[in-house]
Amino acid sequence: MDFSLAWLGAGLGAGLVVIGAGLGIGKLASSAMDATGRQPEATGAIRTSMIIAAALIEGVAFFGLVICILLAIKA
Amino acid sequence: MSNTVDTLNTVADSVQQSSGPGSDWILHHVMDASELDFEPFFTIHIPQFPTVFGIDMTPTKHVVFMWLAALLVLLTFTIIANRYKKSLVPKGITNFFEVFILVVRDEIAKSTIGKGYEKFVPYLLTIFFFILFGNFLGLLPWSATFTSNIGATAALAICSFFMIQIAGIRQNGFFGYFKGLIPHGIPPVLLVLMIPVEILGLFTKPFALAIRLFANMIAGHFVILALIGLIFFMGTVLVAPAAILFAIFIYLLEILVALIQAYIFTILTSMFIGMAVHQEH
Repeated sequence: MDFSLAWLGAGLGAGLVVIGAGLGIGKLASSAMDATGRQPEATGAIRTSMIIAAALIEGVAFFGLVICILLAIKA
Repeated sequence: MSNTVDTLNTVADSVQQSSGPGSDWILHHVMDASELDFEPFFTIHIPQFPTVFGIDMTPTKHVVFMWLAALLVLLTFTIIANRYKKSLVPKGITNFFEVFILVVRDEIAKSTIGKGYEKFVPYLLTIFFFILFGNFLGLLPWSATFTSNIGATAALAICSFFMIQIAGIRQNGFFGYFKGLIPHGIPPVLLVLMIPVEILGLFTKPFALAIRLFANMIAGHFVILALIGLIFFMGTVLVAPAAILFAIFIYLLEILVALIQAYIFTILTSMFIGMAVHQEH
């Protein structure tokens, strides 16, 4: 059987996942920078909540990536 | 011209023959194995263990490195604990680890659990240092990252799951805890929707913890291997400088990721414990 379409799907999927996660984390980091600029005394608290939110976004992105990897391996 | 194509084909063939077609050669380096590879020097085959209740008890590569991480944690913290018995002033290695211990206690446990956080600090410290040692062990040459095995991370997440539920039940009582999961003052019609969602939410939290750690630890290895593999797939040394440079960059990033993932696993566990214990918010 020809598996090239499965590999294409996995590659495209990985790309889409990265676009989504990149946009999410970029937006998050920009807001965190803004907040740190406005309130430098709250840097620590902002950084902590930024890392947690980034981890949550990343977690969702990894769900997608794992599916892409499975697709590429099974093909 | 035909000469170049021939060379390319030979390299491609050797890549294919040595490790099979497709992405198998990447997986070979990332997946669990029954021997410890010290290429190109020697390979240690792990002896066969007896089968207990139909389960093969033979340790695999990841199990060996998990034991190593556990042993290292045990050894390091026995030494540190004994030093504190002599004097409370930290020095040397004690000083180094006190920074991490204080971060886990103050930044993670105290700020996310709040009142009554002391009970959970030992668990959070254990899980933090176990994951940290495992992640860093995986960055050494010839070693394996046991945290890039879904079984290992799932076991850690199951421990966290029971910790969260038991903490919530002990604080609020069995019925109080499950009643507290549903927000106050919502219309009874919505309960049909809310109860399944909240029950599902109990299980998705540790599931996400397991997948996050596993995927983060395996992704870096995949990228490094793919970059190195680029040299062989292209069949020329010209891409080697760029590939090696990027691989080193990813490797340095991995050091950061190893630390951050241990931190994230601990802080999310701690946050979930906090949510289970103090249900009012």
